[in-house]
Amino acid sequence: MQQLLNTALGGLTLGMVYAAFALALVLIWRSTRVVNFAQAPMAMVTTFIALVVIDAGYSYWLGFAAALASGLLIGALLERLVVRHVDGKAEINAVILTLGLFIVLHSLAAVVFGNAYRSFPAPFGIRGFEVGDRTIALTGFGVFTIVAVLVVMAMLVALFRFTDVGLRMRAAAFNPEVARLLGVRVGRMKTLGWALASLVGSLAGLLIAGGSLVHPGYMDSVVVYGFVAAVLGGLDSPAGAVVGGLVLGLSLSFVSGYVGSQLVALAALLILMLVLTLRPGGIFSSATARRV
Amino acid sequence: MSAILARAKAARETNTLLRHLLGALLGLVLVVLVLQGVSDFRRFQLAEMAYLGIAAGGLTVLTGLNGQLSLGHGALMAFGAYTTALLLPDRDAGTPLVLVILAAVLVTLVVGALVGAAAARLHGPYLAGATLALAVAVPGIALYFKGTLGGEQGLRIVLPEIPTWADDATYFLTGQDLTPSGWVAFLGWATLIVTFVLLANLSRSRVGRRWRAVRDDEVAAQLAGIDLGRARVSAFMVSAAAAGAAGAVLGIAVRLAAPSSFILTLSLTLLAAVVLGGLGSLTGALVGAALLTFLPQVVTGLGTDAGLDDIAAAELAPLVYGLVMVLVILLAPSGLYGTVHRALVVRRTRRALASGARPAADPATPETPGSTTTTREGATR
Repeated sequence: MQQLLNTALGGLTLGMVYAAFALALVLIWRSTRVVNFAQAPMAMVTTFIALVVIDAGYSYWLGFAAALASGLLIGALLERLVVRHVDGKAEINAVILTLGLFIVLHSLAAVVFGNAYRSFPAPFGIRGFEVGDRTIALTGFGVFTIVAVLVVMAMLVALFRFTDVGLRMRAAAFNPEVARLLGVRVGRMKTLGWALASLVGSLAGLLIAGGSLVHPGYMDSVVVYGFVAAVLGGLDSPAGAVVGGLVLGLSLSFVSGYVGSQLVALAALLILMLVLTLRPGGIFSSATARRV
Repeated sequence: MSAILARAKAARETNTLLRHLLGALLGLVLVVLVLQGVSDFRRFQLAEMAYLGIAAGGLTVLTGLNGQLSLGHGALMAFGAYTTALLLPDRDAGTPLVLVILAAVLVTLVVGALVGAAAARLHGPYLAGATLALAVAVPGIALYFKGTLGGEQGLRIVLPEIPTWADDATYFLTGQDLTPSGWVAFLGWATLIVTFVLLANLSRSRVGRRWRAVRDDEVAAQLAGIDLGRARVSAFMVSAAAAGAAGAVLGIAVRLAAPSSFILTLSLTLLAAVVLGGLGSLTGALVGAALLTFLPQVVTGLGTDAGLDDIAAAELAPLVYGLVMVLVILLAPSGLYGTVHRALVVRRTRRALASGARPAADPATPETPGSTTTTREGATR
C-alpha cells in the first residue's frame, strides 16, 4: 500500500514536469507548426546558466530568474535568426533544423560548461514529508514543482484567453494570412510564441535539475517523454499536454517501480505507439478532415 | 576489339544492373588495394566509414526517397550488432561471417516491419518523435535482459579465423598477407558495396518509383493505385535491413555489442551524415559518412592546438557537424554533394549552350524533400 502511494506521488511530481515540457512543445507547435526537438538542450543551457549564477555565490532564486530570462531570450533569438528561415518549407526541414540545433547546443554546452556531472541545489527540502510515523514520497521540492507548473499553466491560459496579445497570438497561429490582413504582426507573434515556450521549457529544466545532478545530456530523455505527453494530448491542446504529462508520469512511475527502470523508455514508446495507432492525431484531437 | 568495347558500352548504358555490378567488382578490387596500403588505424577508420555509410545509405532511401524521417536508425543497428554477438560468442562458433551478416539483416528486417507498420500511419513530427522514442528505448532493453544481453558491459564478439581464400586473393592482388584489421575493413566495404548495389537498383525500379510517388504527393499516389501503407512499410523494412547490416559490421569492427554504442547520438549522427551528403543520393550518404569519420580527428586536433583540453576538444566535432547541418538546411537543402553536383551540371549545360550544342538532359534533378514544398502537411489536418 505504501509503495503504491509513493509510486503514485512520484509519478505525479514527474508528470507535472513532463506536462510543463509538453506545454512548451505545444506552444511552439501552435504558433509555428514546428516540433522543437532542441527544446531539451535549450532548457539544459539555461539550467547551466542558473548553476553559474548560484555557484558565483548568489541566491537560488536569482539563478532561477536568470534561467527563465535567458530561456526567454534564447527562444526569441533562435526563432528570429534560424527557425524563421524554414518557414513554408517542407516540414521535414524544420525537424532536421531543430535536430541540428540539438547537436549544436549540446556540444556547445559541453565545451563551455564541461562534460562532468554537477549537483544542482534545491530551494526546498528534498526529503519526504512525514505523515504519522511514515515518510511519504512527496517532498517540499515536489510540492514546489506542482505549484510552479500549475501557476505557469494558469498564467498561459489567462494570457491566451483574456489578453489582447493572446488573441493576436491565437489568430497568427490559426490563420497567418487572415491575421496579417487584420493587422497582426505575425512574425512578432511567432517570436513571442518561441520565447514563451522556451521559458516554460527552462522551468521544466530547473524543476528536473533541482536536488539532483546535471550534465549536458540530462534533459535528453525528457524531450522524449515531453513529446510523448504532448502527442498523447494531440500536440495542439495545452490542456491535453497537461493530461498527457500526468498520465505518462504516472504510467512511467509504475513501470519504473514495478517492472524495471531500464524499461521506462520502452514503456513510453509502447504507450505512444498504442495511442497513435488508435488515434493518429492524439487523444484530444477533433475529427480530422480527409483531403482526397 | 573496338566492336567488343562498343558492345560493352552499349550494354552498360542499357542495363543498370550490369553497370552497377561492374562498378561493384571494380570497387572491391580497389578496396583491397587501398586497404593493404594503409595503416591499421586507417583501416579501422575505413571500417567505421563503411558501417556509417551502410546505415546512412539505408536512411537515405527512407528519408530521401520515401520522405519518412527516422531518428531511430542507430537503435536498429543495435539489433544487427546483438545478433552478431549472439552468433559469434567465441572463436569456435564457426558461423560463416556472410551468414552472420545475413542473420543480422533478417532480424532487423523483422523489427523494421514492426516499427514500419506503426510508423506508416504517422507523418512528419509524429514519426520523428516515435523513432526518437525508439532510439532512447532500445539501449534499455539490453540493460534489462542482463543475463542474455550482457547489461552495461555488453557482449564480446570474437572474430573467426580469416578464411584461406581471402588471404590468398589478397596475396595475389597485393603480395601481402591479410591482417585481421584489413579483413574487418574489407568485410565492411564488401557489405557496403553489396548494399549500395541493391539499394541503387531498388530505387531505380518500380518499387523505388512508388516510394518517390508517395513522398511527392500522397493523394496522387493513391489515385494511381499505390497502397500508401505498403509502400511506406516496405521502404522502412529495406532501410532497417541496411541498418542491420551496418550493425553487424559495427559489431565485427569494434568486437563488442554494448548499449552505449547505440545511444541517441548514433541515430543523430546518421541523420547528420544523410543531411550533409544530401538527402536522396547514395553517393551523398557516402560523402556524409566520410565526413563524419575523418572530420572529428581534424577538428579535435585543431581544438587541442588552440589550447582546449581533450574532453572539450572532442566536443568540437559534433559542434561542427551540427552547425553544418543547420547551415545545409538553411542554405543548401540538397546537401553538399547535391549542391556541388548541380553546380557542375549547370556549368556543363551552360558551356554546351555556349558552343551551340543541344543541352544535355539534367541528370541531377534534386531529389530533396525540400523541393516538394508544403503540400504534404495538409493531408490529414
